[in-house]
Parts: sequence; C-alpha cells; structure tokens
Amino acid sequence: MPQTSSAYKYTWRLPILIWQAAFFLVPLAFMLVMTFWLVKNYRMQPDFVLKNWDKMFSRGYFWDAYWLTLGRATLAAIIVSIVAFPASFALAFKVSDTTRRWAVFFLIIPFFTSYLVRIYAWQVILAEQGVINAMIGSVGIGPVTMLNSGFGAMIGYLTLTLPLVVILQTFSLAAVDRNLIEAAWNLGCGRARTIRAVIIPSARIGLILGAIFCFILSFGDFVSPYYLGGSKPPTLSILIIDTTKSGQQWPRAAVVAICMIVTLFVAAFAAIGAAYGRPKR
Amino acid sequence: MRAVLLLYLAAVFVFVFAPIVASIVFSFNSDRFPTIPLGSFSMEWYVKAFSDEGVWVAFKNSLIVSVCAATLSTFIGFATAYTDYRYGFRFKGAYIALALLPPTVPLIILALAMLAWLSQLGLSGTLTGIVIAHTVLGAPFAMAVTRLRLSQMDPSLEAAAWNLGASEWSAMRHVILPFCLPAILSAFCLTAAVSFDEFAVAWFVSGLNKTVPVMILEILQGNVDPRINAIGTVVFLTSMTLVIAAQLLLMAKGKST
Repeated sequence: MPQTSSAYKYTWRLPILIWQAAFFLVPLAFMLVMTFWLVKNYRMQPDFVLKNWDKMFSRGYFWDAYWLTLGRATLAAIIVSIVAFPASFALAFKVSDTTRRWAVFFLIIPFFTSYLVRIYAWQVILAEQGVINAMIGSVGIGPVTMLNSGFGAMIGYLTLTLPLVVILQTFSLAAVDRNLIEAAWNLGCGRARTIRAVIIPSARIGLILGAIFCFILSFGDFVSPYYLGGSKPPTLSILIIDTTKSGQQWPRAAVVAICMIVTLFVAAFAAIGAAYGRPKR
Repeated sequence: MRAVLLLYLAAVFVFVFAPIVASIVFSFNSDRFPTIPLGSFSMEWYVKAFSDEGVWVAFKNSLIVSVCAATLSTFIGFATAYTDYRYGFRFKGAYIALALLPPTVPLIILALAMLAWLSQLGLSGTLTGIVIAHTVLGAPFAMAVTRLRLSQMDPSLEAAAWNLGASEWSAMRHVILPFCLPAILSAFCLTAAVSFDEFAVAWFVSGLNKTVPVMILEILQGNVDPRINAIGTVVFLTSMTLVIAAQLLLMAKGKST
C-alpha cells in the first residue's frame, strides 16, 4: 500500500455527500418544515401551525386526487407489467444474445429522450381528427374520443415506463436457470405451467422491480394526466402545480408532496419486501 | 408460438418509437393538424420556430446548463464510483443509497423542494439553480456508468502501480483515469442528455431563463402548435445522439479489456 492520505480519500468520498446533502436532503427536509409555515402577502413566513395540513386534509378534492392518482398508478403498474411480459419473454428466450443486447440498446434511448415531445406526438396521433381516427374511420368506425380520458393517461404512462419495465423484466427472465426450465419440461410441465411455476417465481425480483418503478413514475408524472388525461379531475402532481403556480401556496403544495413521498416509501418498501423476502409456499 | 411472440415484440417497439417517428414526420408536413393522408413536404415549421429569437435563447440556455450539469455530475459520479470501488467503510450501504436515490423521487416533488430551497438561497430564477438541480439528478447516472467500468478493472492494477512507487495521486492519473476514460465520456453524454431533457425542475426553478423543454411545455399549454414538432425533432436528434454515444462508448470498452 502507498502512503494513504486522507486528503486523497476525502477528495473522492465527500463530493456526493456534500452535494446531495445540500441540494437533495436539505431541500426535502425544508419542504417538510415549510408545511408548517404560513403565507402572508404572497410571502412565506416561518411559523408552526397545522393549518396547511388541516386545509388540505379537510378538502374533498385532495382525497379525490389522492385516490385517483393511487388508482391510476396501480392500474398502470399492472397493465404495463402485463403488456411488457410477452415482449420481455421473447427477448429473454426467443432471440440471440446479440439481438437482445441491441434491443436493450434501443429501449434505453427513449427513456432519455424528450418525454414531453413524445406526449405531444400522441396528442396529435390520438386526436379526434388524428391519425388513428383517420385509419379506423376509413373502415367506417369512429371517430373515437381517446384524449382527455383515463385511456389517454394510460397511453402516456405506457410511453413513459414500458421501455424500462421491458428492460428490467428481460434481465431477470434471461437470468433464470435454463436447467430449471428443462427440468420442468422433463417432469411433464406444460408451457403455461412452466411459466407459472418456474419462470415467474425465479424472475420475481425483476418483475416486481419493473412494476414498482412503473408505479413510482406514473404516480409522480404530471405530463400524461395533464395533456392526455385532460387534467380534470386533477392528480396529485397537477394539484401541486396548481397550488404552487396559481396561489403561491407553496406550503399547501408541500403537504401534497409529503403525502406523495410517504405513499411511495410505503409502496417501495412493500415491493422490496415482496421481491427479496422469502417466497410464500 | 415463436412467431407470435416476435410479432408482439415488434409491436411493442412500434409503440415505443411511434411518437418519435411521428413527431419527425409531422415536422416536415404542411398541415397544422397532421393526419393521414399527409399533406405536402414543408420546412415551414422550422422556419417559423427558428425565426423566433426566444427559441435561440432557450437553446443557448439549455446548452450552458447541460454542459455545466454534465461536468459536475460526471466528476461527482466518478468520485463516488471510485469510493465504492476502492474503500469499505461504516454506513457504506447508506452512502450508496443516498448517492443513487434522487432519480427515484418524482420530479414534481423535487421541483417544488428545489424551488422553495433555492428561493431561500436567492438562486431561484437563475441558470445556476437549474445546474444545481440537474447535477443532483445526473450524478447517480454518472456514478452507475463509471462503477460498471471500474468493476471490469483488475484490482491488482492499481496496487501494482503503488508497488512500483507511484503515489495514490499518480496511480489515479496514470492507471485509473485512463482506464475509466470511456466511461467518463459516456457519463458526460448521458448526464448531458438527462439535463437537456429535464423539464419539471427546470420549469419550477427557471423563472425567465427558460431552457428548451420549459419553452416546449409553455407552448404546449396553448393550442396545437406544429412548431413543437420542429423544435422537438432537433431535441430528439440531440438527445438520441448523446444517449447512443454514451452507450457505444461503454460497449467499445468491453472489447479493449
């Protein structure tokens, strides 16, 4: 070993601690503190009152938004997982390693590529006079209203999360021990039973991680519910925007944000427990 | 059965890439409300979009923010990945968790927290504020990319340099950094793309200093406006180039070792 200097060690160890403490943990903590402050003359003033919590919790629209958001995110996690599964299955078992690598390569791209513009494109495609309605109109159906509905929002959640969920599922499915699958075949399991009794339990971690990431992303997203879902009734994310932007009521928006964080924490821990805990027999 | 699955897989890819392709096609289409059959070829929306000075200012802002945020993210990410690779210490699990946590917090929540905190610091409404926030988001990606590369390094290489008399700093400079270079460049491209596309935090924090996605968001709040397709096509090409470059850099390295 060389002369170990602590200057060297801390040069590498401290930057992330300092940065994420000052600009991630402190802002989140400050947001919690802010929920007890009051807004007077459009300015926040330090205080310690429960008024903001009271105001939000006593409003029907807050709870409507809460259940709507929770319901949609849960539905998105289920639908996206189901939609993704056959594709991930194909990538894991039916194509060569090279093809799989390139497929993942291409699935990573949209995840980092302007979600906003993609949603705008869906807005144009799904419109009353858009591409889809022109297509089905030519065979005499429609026009069907697809925008400003739960369906529209779901298309948005699929756009946001499908690539990531397929990637996570594919990795875990590809890692399933082929001997186990062979053994199941040899013991007379049919295709459906092999998938249900061997493949899904073995790939459990990736399947659950995919679902929980989809849940988290959909739960917090405001673009799809706003531009494809029609913004009414609002989701929690839209409520945060409205409360922050129009009323300058940052403390009340912070109440909504804290409720979202708590919900996500509970969901994430439940998912991690389900993924890494002992399988139930 | 195999054919059905592959067909399904193809359909998933069509769904994922449809909006990107559609946006590019619409950007060259003369119709205000694009549908099929398509109208004629036209550069009208590009001319309209890029004759607006605000668009150029937004691109300039985005460029400044992405380069600064990517530089900071890449350094912090590298430092963290190296720490994880080289050292063991108490609470390391918590340390790594903190390093990787930010991208799992919904952007809208981070946006509100950043707005409130940066206002206290007097930084809201500035490009500096956006750079700070984008570094929080980018550093975990940079850390993951660099860590992947370091895990392919023979741990005895650094020790060999020490044994031959190199100090820690010169082993870093002559062994670790050259080995990590592809990952560092890759992390830079990836975090630049993350910053270039981020709209929620930038929207809350930016004030009058809009970046490109914030401008798109504000145009979106009006009526259907095909300029978005023209601007969006430029944005797509930029971020796709960055993400493809990031991935190719990481793949190329695999062969050299």
